[in-house]
Amino acid sequence: MSTSMHVPDSRLPEGDPPRARDFLQIGTHRLASRLIVGTGKYSSYELMGEALALSGTDCITVAVRRERLIDSRGENILDFIDTNRYTLLPNTAGCFSAEDAVRVARLGREILLSLENPGADWVKLEVLGDTKTLLPDPIATLQATELLVAEGFQVLCYTSDDPMAAKRLKQAGAVSVMPAGSPIGSGQGILNPNNIRICLEYLKDGDPNYPVIVDAGVGTASDVTIAMELGVDGVLLNTGIAHAADPVQMALAMKAGIEAGRLAYLAGRIPKKLYATASSPETGTIAPKPR
Amino acid sequence: MNILVNGSPREVPEGTTIAQLLNQLEVTARHVAVEVNLELVPRARHGEHKLHEADSLEVVTLVGGG
Repeated sequence: MSTSMHVPDSRLPEGDPPRARDFLQIGTHRLASRLIVGTGKYSSYELMGEALALSGTDCITVAVRRERLIDSRGENILDFIDTNRYTLLPNTAGCFSAEDAVRVARLGREILLSLENPGADWVKLEVLGDTKTLLPDPIATLQATELLVAEGFQVLCYTSDDPMAAKRLKQAGAVSVMPAGSPIGSGQGILNPNNIRICLEYLKDGDPNYPVIVDAGVGTASDVTIAMELGVDGVLLNTGIAHAADPVQMALAMKAGIEAGRLAYLAGRIPKKLYATASSPETGTIAPKPR
Repeated sequence: MNILVNGSPREVPEGTTIAQLLNQLEVTARHVAVEVNLELVPRARHGEHKLHEADSLEVVTLVGGG
């Protein structure tokens, strides 16, 4: 490795050049991009397709809902997604109990099996407490994790940024814990970076490759970068792109934000100091120093 | 006989199978999953699974989501 590209070896697997080996491993799934993008809330499926393509993602989330039987000619999202290009990650959004989350997870798996998509064996578990905050119900989330793990699902667990909840979900067998930066769709960014740091410390203790993903609350590219600079392995977002004034442009920004944050994390930032440190030599100046 | 499909009542002939119902509903079988009385019925069994009076079905598909 050249001295100009000083990447601490402990932060990357051995072998290939840094960029080539910097994939995101979640359970048995290996993703080339560290950005997971939701497919909800776009003004059209065409716009969604374009934004997804430019975001650089290879993993997209989908929800499970009743088929609209009245409008049988209605468009289906599956007609606008290349299921060979993307690994689908079905979610259990809209569930308020462990039992319903398990039902939805099974239904999602069934559809992905029919589509022969590799995402059939995993699920983004979301068990919410109420519709106003969309905050996760920690008890029901833990129960659902246990049930789904017992059924052989690889569970990616949406949770709050509470380090203790995160720890319990990992112990229950979640392949990834995904703390929220802030409430779903709120665009408030990473409200408590200290909690995310403690989540990272606990979840990666003795298990540095355990994937931790910030899920929800991201409003713009700098939020993504801040998350990645903290050392999380990836970011899952939807509204930040879908509801941007120009979703396609924002998809590009989010992609750049992921890369900037990841590289900065690997590079190792300088510590913050109270006082200044000169960048130019302090000796040899022709001007006298003030006393 | 009367069944419930996604919460709405529907009348179907005796002995209708899930596969026949999906055909009537004009949905793409690959794109949906079916639950009968809260139990998932895998696609491989849609052709043989006969529906009964008062069965409650959920026919779901994938939609955009985060």
